[in-house]
Amino acid sequence: MRFTDEFRDLKVVEAIASSLKSMADARAVIMEVCGTHTMSIARFGLKSLLPPGVRLVSGPGCPVCVTDQRDIDSFLELGKRPDVILATFGDMLRVPGSRSSLEKMRASGADVRVIYSPMDSLDIARDNPNREVVFFAVGFETTIPATALTLKTALKMGLNNFYVFCVHKTIPEALRALLSNSEVNLHGLLLPGHVSTITGAGAFEFIPREFGIACAVAGFEPVDILLGIESILEQLSNSRPTVANRYRRAVTEESNSRAAELIAEIFRPCSATWRGLGEIPQSGLELSPEYEALDARKRFAQAMANLPPTLPSVCRCGDVLRGVIMPSDCPLFAVRCTPDEPEGPCMVSSEGACAAVFKYGG
Amino acid sequence: MRIVSIEGSSAIVDAEGVTRKVRTDLLDNPTVGDYVLVHAGMAIAKVNEEEAQATLSLVREHFEK
Repeated sequence: MRFTDEFRDLKVVEAIASSLKSMADARAVIMEVCGTHTMSIARFGLKSLLPPGVRLVSGPGCPVCVTDQRDIDSFLELGKRPDVILATFGDMLRVPGSRSSLEKMRASGADVRVIYSPMDSLDIARDNPNREVVFFAVGFETTIPATALTLKTALKMGLNNFYVFCVHKTIPEALRALLSNSEVNLHGLLLPGHVSTITGAGAFEFIPREFGIACAVAGFEPVDILLGIESILEQLSNSRPTVANRYRRAVTEESNSRAAELIAEIFRPCSATWRGLGEIPQSGLELSPEYEALDARKRFAQAMANLPPTLPSVCRCGDVLRGVIMPSDCPLFAVRCTPDEPEGPCMVSSEGACAAVFKYGG
Repeated sequence: MRIVSIEGSSAIVDAEGVTRKVRTDLLDNPTVGDYVLVHAGMAIAKVNEEEAQATLSLVREHFEK
């Protein structure tokens, strides 16, 4: 396929790999921020191509994984109401809440619909005028415009049985929080390619400036990822950290202005709680006053206020998401926690670090 | 994925024979033949062919000696 095959070409991969091998003295800890990078790195075995002193750790860029347990429990609670239809991306289905999961609830009779695009939930609402449809809006900058457009369309259609449970989060603020009190001594960040198509590479310039950390925006094919890592190692050897754009075919310096306008029209920034990272100011989005009537948190405020407390868990996804431990360092990994019987989201999400290591090895 | 037809703010895209409908609200001047990245039912960016070629030539020049 065009723009895929060329960036998987073995000859090109080998050429970059041999250049990386010549940087044998390189010592660096690099975080791949994005869960899709984590999966690609594992799937293509790219760690084996790096100099021995270069270590990759996973970051907080898996939307399902960073969703707070209390938010998951709240959404699940709504599924107990017979008049409610829950709409969700498939990745959320098997994520364990404190007491159940969407999959288990569905098996016991809750109406849970898996959708591909947020817009699909509008069809469900239109076709079920006597039920209330709640879409669990999980995702980063890449997904936020689709939810914004869905809300805008719902208001225009005059739907009065559609609600968004917004747990959208924004990446730059999370990285600032992560780097501000890092327990891991990071030297480089491989920045998320798809998020950057919306934010622009420029959104991350504060990282080299304020934290002295080398950054590269990268795509998701082996050549893209190796180019990103090569750039980070090059920046480190010259002691000149910057944000290198190694995904120029999709990412520009500036943000996508259409997306920025759409997001600003529908949402406003708010504080958000991230699994593993805690509460981070300005890292979440809430519906603007004009859209309040479509806000599930307002519509179901009573039910959420009465929610029983979140149960403590021994799952260490939070530590994995900060890059503090590798998945295999968790005592539950592959013993009490597997894709079939997951203890936490990192083992079930298609972008989860634990799922990547379980499937492809560490 | 490649845009094969456009109607209003939507387009039909093709990925190796599989077609699907996506929204094009985030694109400047979407055109039949454009390669796009798609996420959650929206085209989020066009793939710039010249930049792709430039990256590949640079890689060949720099790494394949």
